[in-house]
Amino acid sequence: MGSQGGFGQSKEFLDLVKSIGEARSKSEEDRIVLHEIEMLKRRINEPDIPKRKMKEYIIRLVYIEMLGHDASFGYIHAVKMTHDDSLLLKRTGYLAVTLFLNEDHDLIILIVNTIQKDLKSDNYLVVCAALNAVCKLINEETIPAVIQQVVELLGHPKEGVRKKAVMALHSFYQRSPSSVNHLVSSFQKKLCDNDPGVMGATLFPLYDLITIDVNLYKDLVVSFVNILKQVAERRLPKSYDYHQTPAPFIQMEYYWIHDYVATSTFKIKLLKILALLGSGDKRSSEHMYTVIGDIMRKSDTTSNIGNAILYECICCISSIQSSPKLLETAADAIAKFLKSDSHNLKYMGIDALGRLIRLSPEIAEQHQLAVIDCLEDPDDTLKRKTFELLYKMTKSSNVEVIVDRMIDYMISINDSHYKTETASRCVELAEQFAPSNHWFIQTMNKVFQHAGDLVNPKVAHNLMRLIAEGFGEDDDTADSQLRSSAVESYLQIVDQPKLPSAFLQVICWVLGEYGTADGKYSASYISGKLCDAAEAHSDDDIVKVKKKEKRTKISKVLKTRLVNPQAMLVLGAQQTTASYARAYAVTALMKVYSFEKAAGRKFNLLPECQSLLEELSASHSSDLQQRAYEFQAILDLDANAIENIMPLDASCEDIERESRAYRPAIVVIPGDKVKAFDPLPHTLRCSSPPIKQRRCSNRSNSSRNKAIDKSLSFLDSYVHKSLEEGAEPYIPEHERSGTLSISNMGNQNQYDTSSHSLRFEAYEVPKPVIPIGIPAPISYPTELVPLPEPSYQRDVQPIASLGPVSDAGSTGLKLRLDGVQKKWGKPTYSSAASSSTSNSDSHRTTVSGATQPDTVVSKSRESSSYDSSSRRQPHVEVSEEKQKLAASLFGGTSSRSEKKQSGGTAAGGGGHSKVSRVSNHTEEKVRPTTTVVQPPPPDLLDLAEPTGTMSSSSSVIDPFKQLEGLLDMSEDGITATPSNGPDLMSLYSENGQNLNQNTILNEKDDPSSENTTKRTASLTKGPSLKDALNKDALVRQMGVNPTSQNPNLFSDLLG
Amino acid sequence: MGIRFVLMVNKQGQTRLAQYYEYLTLEERRALEGEIVRKCLARNEQQCSFVEHRTYKIVYRRYASLFFLVGVDNEEVSRAHTFTIMCPNELAILEFIHLLVETMDRHFGNVCELDIMFHLEKAHFMLEEMVMNGCIVETSKANILAPIQLMDKAS
Repeated sequence: MGSQGGFGQSKEFLDLVKSIGEARSKSEEDRIVLHEIEMLKRRINEPDIPKRKMKEYIIRLVYIEMLGHDASFGYIHAVKMTHDDSLLLKRTGYLAVTLFLNEDHDLIILIVNTIQKDLKSDNYLVVCAALNAVCKLINEETIPAVIQQVVELLGHPKEGVRKKAVMALHSFYQRSPSSVNHLVSSFQKKLCDNDPGVMGATLFPLYDLITIDVNLYKDLVVSFVNILKQVAERRLPKSYDYHQTPAPFIQMEYYWIHDYVATSTFKIKLLKILALLGSGDKRSSEHMYTVIGDIMRKSDTTSNIGNAILYECICCISSIQSSPKLLETAADAIAKFLKSDSHNLKYMGIDALGRLIRLSPEIAEQHQLAVIDCLEDPDDTLKRKTFELLYKMTKSSNVEVIVDRMIDYMISINDSHYKTETASRCVELAEQFAPSNHWFIQTMNKVFQHAGDLVNPKVAHNLMRLIAEGFGEDDDTADSQLRSSAVESYLQIVDQPKLPSAFLQVICWVLGEYGTADGKYSASYISGKLCDAAEAHSDDDIVKVKKKEKRTKISKVLKTRLVNPQAMLVLGAQQTTASYARAYAVTALMKVYSFEKAAGRKFNLLPECQSLLEELSASHSSDLQQRAYEFQAILDLDANAIENIMPLDASCEDIERESRAYRPAIVVIPGDKVKAFDPLPHTLRCSSPPIKQRRCSNRSNSSRNKAIDKSLSFLDSYVHKSLEEGAEPYIPEHERSGTLSISNMGNQNQYDTSSHSLRFEAYEVPKPVIPIGIPAPISYPTELVPLPEPSYQRDVQPIASLGPVSDAGSTGLKLRLDGVQKKWGKPTYSSAASSSTSNSDSHRTTVSGATQPDTVVSKSRESSSYDSSSRRQPHVEVSEEKQKLAASLFGGTSSRSEKKQSGGTAAGGGGHSKVSRVSNHTEEKVRPTTTVVQPPPPDLLDLAEPTGTMSSSSSVIDPFKQLEGLLDMSEDGITATPSNGPDLMSLYSENGQNLNQNTILNEKDDPSSENTTKRTASLTKGPSLKDALNKDALVRQMGVNPTSQNPNLFSDLLG
Repeated sequence: MGIRFVLMVNKQGQTRLAQYYEYLTLEERRALEGEIVRKCLARNEQQCSFVEHRTYKIVYRRYASLFFLVGVDNEEVSRAHTFTIMCPNELAILEFIHLLVETMDRHFGNVCELDIMFHLEKAHFMLEEMVMNGCIVETSKANILAPIQLMDKAS
């Protein structure tokens, strides 16, 4: 029985395997392994361990690591084993070393020498073993030590060695492309190796090289196409013309030409390479048309590998400059995949569709129902793939449906990784294609609410910016309506108990800025809500941070305000934002009350607000404390001053400030050193706001010219005096050691680096001097600085006078967006297009246009209830619902009557004809798909028998009982009667080495005959009872019993 | 980088063979195996044989009690990788798994889980012949088994 009889292992090993095999739980397994570790630690260091024994120890180490425990105590022995002369031991040593060590491990240095020696060996199997190790263990630094030898091996007489040498060079290339730069020509030469295996291996490095620079290899296109043609025809020519040099493929009668899997793998590799070479190159692509067409025609769609080739052809077609005919063939192949009952093929079909859709968007329409079936399939993999497809085919006409679906999906999954991914895709699509601002805000709200802290903070930032600036240009009313509707929706949401902190930030900010702006809600109402929110989320606060260490770190950070970026990273952005929950609320409260005061209205601080303030003034967090004190200080100021420091609708200034993190300014404190710290950061918006500059450019420009004094020269005399009195000189930030340059902080901040975050140019512009003056008195009331009054007054006045902006007074609650140029979406959505007379267009215009506000508002209510079912209209039939979904996704109009999906009408004037065609389509398609789904899907792909039969039968029937009858007949008998058991056991134990060898050899005598019978057995895949029972008998000797713990151990995999 | 790992795991989630083509620490492996095994074992026969997990796409196939899991690059995610190594498509990987099982079956004869456990190193040797650098380099059963048979004879 070939290797079967070769249980050349000790009883100990067999026992170990047995107990691991029968372990019922992970903890039991762990116990066994820990015991094993203890024993091995003692045993492996004993002197004079026989080599075979040592090999077994090494395998046991492999087991230990495989089962998740550390076996580093034995690494050195594995390394030693690579030095052994015996091939089996050497290879086992190499195997263990490659499993244990990474390329940078210290022990590698001990192996390099051995590898060098082995690469020179006469025994090609030794060379192969060494080459295997080279692929995994040689790092960039050690490449020079072996590269020369490996290159020489490219000319080795054994094809196996040449193949492995090519792969070793491939691994060098991956680690350090420059190390093999001079070998590119050798790779190309190896392409004409007379062994197809070597040739096939060469395709891997070539593929990498081609990815780097396609143009260098364009001349190979014809060669590759020829090879592919020959492989496709299952023949290779006697000689093969390569670069005018005849490259003889002489002995072409290789196994692999008849080996279907080998040829198929070869085809797939070549198709991948052709896909690269033909990309964007019409001329190269043209060479490929025939051969690809041939392969597709001939491919066998009943087998796995045949479909693999077909799929690869589609990928190739979608990558090269294809002919219409090929595209058609590809579309047909996709149709076959999608119509298949096999989920695997459906998956491939959806994937292929995603690739082809770029070239011919219309093919998605043909498969809309299949796509929707996949979307609604319980199989998560398939569903996710389908979302990927939808993501690729999103346009402004179907964005609402797709993003809705994605959000539903996002809510339904738990895996935070995919939740994040889906959320960011929703955001991306919404930012790109949003049909209206209102929809955008509602969508963002949903995303925040459900994926809250997983969303990139810049998204929150963008949302605030959008609400603040609106669409800027000239339409203040539209902006203020947008804000009102945002305020309205947030007032509803803010009551919810668990809000992600990023979302809470947005809510607080919006309520603070615009809560009272339109006069609809009173300051006390808004502030009540804010206080509740602060109360509800107080447990998110800093106090909750679990590790005391972290807490002190945070407060230290906040205290000094000279935030070291690294420290921030350590703390983790989330924790830091979480701790701001109450801070957001306080700041928002402060804004609400200052606006009140500035407007000259009378107000009373709510009792809960008062108590919140008191609580925070005593907070451990100096940040919260500071905010609370700032608040109180501002309340004491008179209306005029407040109006100056908190101009209404200065909008994004503080968002910008927050995103910029902490930027220190200089404040000179009397009698003390010259210190650097932060200007009052969060609340006081004193810088010149870009919006105002834009609105009243002439005035603010002139004021800027007057106001700015970069050098802060008015402080010069004071600083000079202080220095004379012994104060430390101010060291510019970038010269300070220890604290990393703080201004870099802004750059490292994710807001700034992100590509689609908004740009804030204003900070760089020199500001009026207030930030230097004002913060000191408020945050450090005991250390009052004499204010440079005159300049302060002069600078601020003009800006402040811009404060009461006209749009604050506008009262309309409804969203009016007509005439507003859309920030997102296709230009067809702009009001200009609304004049179009086509039916669908005029219909759509009503959606986004002036007559729409009611629906929009009601929609917002509806969606804010977050009941996904409520969003879909009830349908009589499933198919009808699908049809509607299909229509809205793919541009049909069967859902016309529905307001919700009216956005799905195809954009553009051509909508009409398309529409009718599509709806016909859907009607035709409904029947067939529903019938197709009915029959239980036989899995085309899984050739293998599932599980049930073998395992269950072996658990029920004791094979041993059957064995008893069989044993008499069996010639080789293995003497496996139970009584013999103990004797046999001793044969396998340590002192029975020789006998052991003998039994192996004896059994070796007839492996050929055995093997052939086995081969036929494996071909028919029927369970060979005799073989199985023999094995059982043998294993039983070792005490492993199929009826005992784990009968599955015995079930034939190919049963 | 093409194939990133090959795992054999039984129905109970116990690892029977693990080969990684990129270095992961012990903890990372443990966590990864736990997560993907949980994902794969939870699926039924009708669902497709592919599971996406982080930067991996796992192609799996079940033979009796044993799951064969092959992790490949998830192209969608890892497009940013420095090396875009040629990665066979999912269906080809399924075929690769089948080839591996057939090869083991030819060698062991009616291969079962226990064979792999008792001859872990041989199962590894076969895999070594078939996959290098995460690339499938050999698909002929005879070629895969030749060195192993020679070694058996020699020792």
